[in-house]
Amino acid sequence: MPDALRQFADTYLMWQEGPMIWISDVLILLTSIGIVATLTYFKKWKWLWREWLTTVDHKKIGIMYLIAALLMMFRGGADGLLMRTQLAAPGMHFLDAEHYDQIFTTHGTIMILFMAMPFIFALFNIVVPLQIGARDVAFPYLNAISFWLFFFGALLLNISFVFGGSPDAGWTSYPPLSELGFDNGPGENFYLLALQISGIGSIATGINFLVTILRMRAPGMTLMKMPLFTWSVLSACIMIIFAFPALTVALALLMLDRIVGTHFFTILQGGNPMMFINLFWIWGHPEVYIVVVPAFGVFSEVVATFARKRIFGYTSMVAALLSISVISYFVWAHHFFTMGAGADVNTFFAVATMAVGIPTGVKVFNWLFTMYRGRIRMTLPMLWTIAFVPCFVIGGATGVMLAVAPADYQYHNSYFLIAHFHQVLIGGVVFGMLAGMYYWWPKMFGFKLDERLGRWAFWFFNIGFYVCFMPQYALGFMGMQRRMYTYPADMGWGTLNFVSTIGAYLMGIGFIFIVAQVLYSIKYGERDLTGDPWDGRTLEWSLPSPVPHYNFAVIPTVTSRDYWWTLKEEGRTDEIKPKPEDIQPIHMPKNSGRPFLMGVLFFVAGLGFVFNWHVLAVLGLLGVVVTMLRRSFEYDDEYYIQPEEIQHVESALGRL
Amino acid sequence: MAAHGHAEQHHGGPVAAHEHHGAGKYIVGYIASLVLTAIAFWLALGHHMAGGPLALTLLILGGLQIVVQLFFFMHVTEGDGPPFHSVGLLLGLIFTFAIALMSIWIMSFHYQVQ
Amino acid sequence: MAVVEKALRDAHGHLSGADPAKPLEYQDPNQSLRILGFWLFLATDMLLFGCLFATYLVLRTHTDGGPTAHELFDIPGFTAETFILLTSSFTGGLATLAMRNRNRKQVLAWLTVTILLGLAFVGLEAQEFYKDVLEGATMQRSAFLSAFFTLVGTHGSHVSLGIVWMFSILLQVAKRGLTQVTARKVFIVNLYWHFLDVVWVFIFTVVYLFGVVM
Repeated sequence: MPDALRQFADTYLMWQEGPMIWISDVLILLTSIGIVATLTYFKKWKWLWREWLTTVDHKKIGIMYLIAALLMMFRGGADGLLMRTQLAAPGMHFLDAEHYDQIFTTHGTIMILFMAMPFIFALFNIVVPLQIGARDVAFPYLNAISFWLFFFGALLLNISFVFGGSPDAGWTSYPPLSELGFDNGPGENFYLLALQISGIGSIATGINFLVTILRMRAPGMTLMKMPLFTWSVLSACIMIIFAFPALTVALALLMLDRIVGTHFFTILQGGNPMMFINLFWIWGHPEVYIVVVPAFGVFSEVVATFARKRIFGYTSMVAALLSISVISYFVWAHHFFTMGAGADVNTFFAVATMAVGIPTGVKVFNWLFTMYRGRIRMTLPMLWTIAFVPCFVIGGATGVMLAVAPADYQYHNSYFLIAHFHQVLIGGVVFGMLAGMYYWWPKMFGFKLDERLGRWAFWFFNIGFYVCFMPQYALGFMGMQRRMYTYPADMGWGTLNFVSTIGAYLMGIGFIFIVAQVLYSIKYGERDLTGDPWDGRTLEWSLPSPVPHYNFAVIPTVTSRDYWWTLKEEGRTDEIKPKPEDIQPIHMPKNSGRPFLMGVLFFVAGLGFVFNWHVLAVLGLLGVVVTMLRRSFEYDDEYYIQPEEIQHVESALGRL
Repeated sequence: MAAHGHAEQHHGGPVAAHEHHGAGKYIVGYIASLVLTAIAFWLALGHHMAGGPLALTLLILGGLQIVVQLFFFMHVTEGDGPPFHSVGLLLGLIFTFAIALMSIWIMSFHYQVQ
Repeated sequence: MAVVEKALRDAHGHLSGADPAKPLEYQDPNQSLRILGFWLFLATDMLLFGCLFATYLVLRTHTDGGPTAHELFDIPGFTAETFILLTSSFTGGLATLAMRNRNRKQVLAWLTVTILLGLAFVGLEAQEFYKDVLEGATMQRSAFLSAFFTLVGTHGSHVSLGIVWMFSILLQVAKRGLTQVTARKVFIVNLYWHFLDVVWVFIFTVVYLFGVVM
């Protein structure tokens, strides 16, 4: 028996790997015990289940996405710091090659799919229904399923660290390296299954928000009266529904190669590894626009609010968003210019790549013109927005450099590329999402985040960013390739790498300030009693903070763009407050535990496939089918909130 | 769920008077799909055309089958409100063909390399 | 009626009441929302098949000395499959028609016929695959065969799932009759079915006919 136990510990718990795993095990155990004990002590289990795990309320789902995104930012950031520590000086032995491979793989995967994606979904969920005057998304139940698929996908990837081993073929997971012959551990399977499961959830979210925006707008809100954040979500959703199926296929085929023994991407028996790369980037390039476009939406809202001006060039903003969502679809081959396709292919994709810079440039100018001669208030969301502009412009310019196909043969896979995409993804997505988080935080929780701590976080993060990534452009030119775990001293890369590592730690300190800021503000943050702490322009600011769970007691009829601003200008804000005689029973979806259960079952099936435990996999999938059928036979899934209750809530909020 | 607030009597509501729809459209669609299929088989198996033009003709016949299914069976022209579904479908079709054809174009590098 | 309209306006944004002039499945805005969602899902599924087709077309000549398309495909077999599926798309359409005419019995009958044709199709396909495997043409043999089995198999599993789903809707119509909800379900499952028919049209064109000829 001890032998069996020992073998289990070695195979699955990887105890021979050394102290890093042991420490992680202990930390995970302590955290889990801590959570369970707290919930039990405060008798919060029922509350957790009723209010959160079974909820179909878009606002709560959004908050759960936000928490998950911040946790994943911590995990991915810790990975990043480990990598920078290893690279701080030549010939370091802080990590060995294999661990370094695992860490850059999980860093990339987590940051894109389990940090950026949930962060944008958090804002989709929290903001879109409120901005368009709806009571929920089109399919609240599906929305819950999406969240739990994301959650359990993320869990699957994260437990690989302590159970079975992390993936180690890079976040792009190119075959043939990721094929069974070269990478036979379960780590790669964890990657494939985790992405597959959360990817299904993402497609569902895309459909859900597309239908919500197209069909659930308040009366009078025509498409061209929609706030720009909602437009950006529409554009992102178009890309999600058309790009994610390619990821699904790429992952599924690689999984078939690894589990069934097919030959899609193997070297032998006719396989073609480049086809994976082709399929991966058909998704992969729209994906970076999927995460950055909602950030553009945030900036549009923030700039207009804090410059106290109507957004400049609304129509061109919309046109830019929509053309991005189409053009971004035709640039994917620039990720593998060096593959050896003909000049015709490379020319087409180089030109398309440069073309996608045009609508982005239009947007940047529109933001600047909106700020021009505005009375700008330097609040936290505005600070991040202003920091975004130069950062993204530099990132965009280096992107155009990379788009020049012949020159790309020099930059390809060097640190120049690393610096470029961190600049657009951090400068675009992370700055944008943080701006959005600060901007809508009062709407979610009813209090503002502390400005002082936020400014510390801002400066640490921003200075750290440039200190970290500017040297990497130079390192790229000096020949340093991505994914190398160490380098000899005589390459002369030591100093710049050391500087870069300092920058990374400064960003880490910035993140700690954000955490401190959140904790501090829970207790001392300025309460938002008006529901409109920023003097906002769009419909969500007409509601109290936090928003009652039916959102609008009476759905408003919108007559202009920035409707709430118009009402304030004309002194008609009372018109939007509900009148007792207008309040009707509200039809709401019932909570359900099944989306959570479905997530668990997908997780079980995923584990089964990861370890080739076929019985478990089949049981999990059967469970999924059964839950879907049970849902199909469910008819009584809605209820009414009675007018008395609504009146009660509204008068308690002082709105009647 | 979406339309929170529609009144109770509309839920699975009473069946109002309605006109009777004939099966004519469906029969026409069925015959059209059979004829298109038969032409495709006849062209392909009878060796009536050379490779390239044949492939193109077969793809065009397939495209016509999409039209038949969409208009005769799937009621693509009907709907509630603006025809967002048609726009989505059209974009989807464009992207699908773009992906398939451009992938082949990109991946033809293989033959150049060999 | 005014109250109802008001409630609908509150709920839904734009006014789209229970309009008896519309087909049954569109009368309730709640259901028509789901139909739009399903169309968009079909668009994503179309992309999924697009990627599989692309993979097949890239790999179709990569036979690694194993069986080629020309040797493998059995003309009577896929001809029969094609005509069965085309006919089932027609009978599925007749189920939608019967639903719009509020004829529950006919809906049940046509759904049953469609399911049976679907089963025949899946049966033939399984038989074809079985025969191929017996001849040594397995998924693991070559890239061409991996792509072939995956593309056609994905379609086949879509059809199989469609059969289970259609059966569950048949039970719901039998139990609850034709309401706005079950009508929407009948409509949607048939959209799915017609979509699979279109995909098959491209499979028999691009995979089978190209395979036999070129």
